[in-house]
Amino acid sequence: MQVKRSTTVHDVVVIGSGAGGGTVVKVLTDLGVNVLLLEAGGMINPARDFREHVWPHQVLHRGAGEHGESYFGRGPAFGYFGAGFGGWELDGEPYTVARGSEFQWFRSRVIGGRTLHYGRISLRFSDYDFKPHSFDGLGTDWPISYQDVAPYYDKAEAFIGITGTREGLRTAPDGIFQPPAAPRVHEVLVRRACDRLRIPCIPSRLAVLTKALNGRPACHYCGQCGRGCIPASNYSSAQVQIFPAMKSGRLQIVTNAMARELITADNGRVTAVSYVDKTTRAEKQVRCRSVVVAASACETARLLLNSKGPRHPNGLANSSGVVGRYLTDNSGYHLAARIPALEGMPRHDNDGIGGMHMYIPWWLLDDKKKDFPRGYHVEIGGGYGMPGIGSFHGTCARHEGYGARLKKAIYDEYGCTVHLHGRGEMIPNDKSYMEIDSRVVDRWGIPAARFNFAWNDYEIRQTQHMHRTFTDIFETMGGRVLGAGAKGWTGISVGGTIIHELGTVRMGNDPRSSALNKYCQAHDVKNLFVADAAPFLTNPDKNPTLTICALAWRTAEYLAEQLRKGDI
Amino acid sequence: MTRRDVLAGMSAPLLGSAFGAQAAQHAHNVVAGEKKASGVYKPKLFTPGEYAALRRLAELIIPADETSKSAADAGAPEFIDLLASNNPELAAIYTGGLGWLDREMVKRHGQPFVKATPEQQTAMLDLIAYSRNITAELAPGIVFFDWARKMVVDGYYTSPIGVRAIGYMGNRGMAVFQVPEAAITYAVKKSGLE
Repeated sequence: MQVKRSTTVHDVVVIGSGAGGGTVVKVLTDLGVNVLLLEAGGMINPARDFREHVWPHQVLHRGAGEHGESYFGRGPAFGYFGAGFGGWELDGEPYTVARGSEFQWFRSRVIGGRTLHYGRISLRFSDYDFKPHSFDGLGTDWPISYQDVAPYYDKAEAFIGITGTREGLRTAPDGIFQPPAAPRVHEVLVRRACDRLRIPCIPSRLAVLTKALNGRPACHYCGQCGRGCIPASNYSSAQVQIFPAMKSGRLQIVTNAMARELITADNGRVTAVSYVDKTTRAEKQVRCRSVVVAASACETARLLLNSKGPRHPNGLANSSGVVGRYLTDNSGYHLAARIPALEGMPRHDNDGIGGMHMYIPWWLLDDKKKDFPRGYHVEIGGGYGMPGIGSFHGTCARHEGYGARLKKAIYDEYGCTVHLHGRGEMIPNDKSYMEIDSRVVDRWGIPAARFNFAWNDYEIRQTQHMHRTFTDIFETMGGRVLGAGAKGWTGISVGGTIIHELGTVRMGNDPRSSALNKYCQAHDVKNLFVADAAPFLTNPDKNPTLTICALAWRTAEYLAEQLRKGDI
Repeated sequence: MTRRDVLAGMSAPLLGSAFGAQAAQHAHNVVAGEKKASGVYKPKLFTPGEYAALRRLAELIIPADETSKSAADAGAPEFIDLLASNNPELAAIYTGGLGWLDREMVKRHGQPFVKATPEQQTAMLDLIAYSRNITAELAPGIVFFDWARKMVVDGYYTSPIGVRAIGYMGNRGMAVFQVPEAAITYAVKKSGLE
């Protein structure tokens, strides 16, 4: 096969354009560095590709899919109107799951990656999240502390724009905040119930502008963040970092470029990135002085494990053997309840920000009696959503029947269901890791990932605690739990389904037990950096995206300085 | 783009602005549901007899009342015909279910569903609209009616008529987000969480 090799040597090649890659692109181009960005998906034009404000009746199939896919569980993840640009299964890009494990892997193939549709929850990790072993003897301490990351949280928050309020909670460190949106009615009830139960319930920290910033207008409160925001009032790496960087003249983008392998020279440095042009299936190589891999934790580990050579038979940057290990996701648990107090309330527009306006941060850090070590936060759902396919299937199933009584039940129950979603910390374990399944390749011949996954008893007990807490909150609101949850705990989420998978290329001070140093630079390969959630040593009760942005910012500044000094 | 532009572009029905154009592009195949339901719609899948039965079912599942029209008026039968014509699995559910219904009505009343009296029609629905009535004999009807009910409901509440009937007031811009104080007071009082 003829491989097309570029003659240009790029200062930096970035692989992946999500939160990590987007931040690296923004910081490096701001610092005058030229960047080539490889993205496995396509380019987007928000005005054309986002389905913001489209009513279901403006589409013949109303959002069920042209073949009614959503009625058979085959519709796109996050629905027809969502900006997922990917899914749990991608045609021609298989992954496998080891016998006895359950795991699902969500991949978005698009410029901006998963930041186009994510929940925009933006939480700083706490001081103890960086030093878990020192805190309670479990897990491994990061080579950096909260103080090292704090200045980069500041930079990321000030640039991205995060709502919030200063609360002084150790479990939810304060940041640089824009004003939060006022609570919805059901959120007021949850907060009041929490007050009685001595549980904190505070304004959400979301990557959505409530004041204009850097030419981006404030939110117009249509509630559709997950469809993609055409005016970019919420954060996506595509609209907030990559598109502006394209105007700098320092950014070159190759879309539909699936990275196959990192090519190294005798000195152990990466000299080129080999990728497949998905539109032609031709293999191409771009030369580089340095490379930043930000393909998402498991895709990054897959690329390193697939980059084998005589000097690194177990994959690149993997002399420690840790690449692929210590895979975690957040634990998840959900309960819903009917809240009679909301029935008969005057109808109003409560679209707001696309997500909760209030949330419950962890509150039992110092409780010595609990039977699990690490915490969780609680997300709140509810309100009058835009009616869509499936909106009233629950009411139909509960009431059955037909006619005026069914119509009245639907009217009365609309907006009266409240959801609580727990997201908890998983402690890394030896049974949870990803590896290469050498029997399976994708449609370009790249060996696929295989997942092994097992929750610890810690997380099981933690989700049982979520069940009790959610039930208490609902009962305090006068609500009645719906579905199987009314009878008891319904089980922990399937690994991967919270889409906070991370930890597969961990950082550390000791090259024997970590792949990356404290700047997310490979111990074995000086000009190789990782800038997604793969370097994380903990997966706490705080969504990873803000920390991905902060760490990527720090790594990019370090890389720019190394390039300037000629060390790379 | 400023927020003023965004808000200006969002005045219902979302036409004539940058956003309107974008929404309109996705709506290139808009069904003017309310108009087509007046009788000119030509089913893609169903025979005239099947379609008449489906329309009658839609009308019985979500009937008209003093404030809003029925699911048949709102285009739910067109929606079901469209999807079923694109999906053999769904087509079999509907042609099979409607076939079962007519045969059962003929057995009981000597007339297919649409020709039966309203009392005969609702007597049948009183059987198949509830899972507690399940027997080997009624099971096909109960399974079918569950499909018909959820898809008629979807077709109705995603239509402009249904959106008005349920009272959804969003999908517009707001300069400041604030829910009415009256709504908070109402719910707080009713919850006992004052």
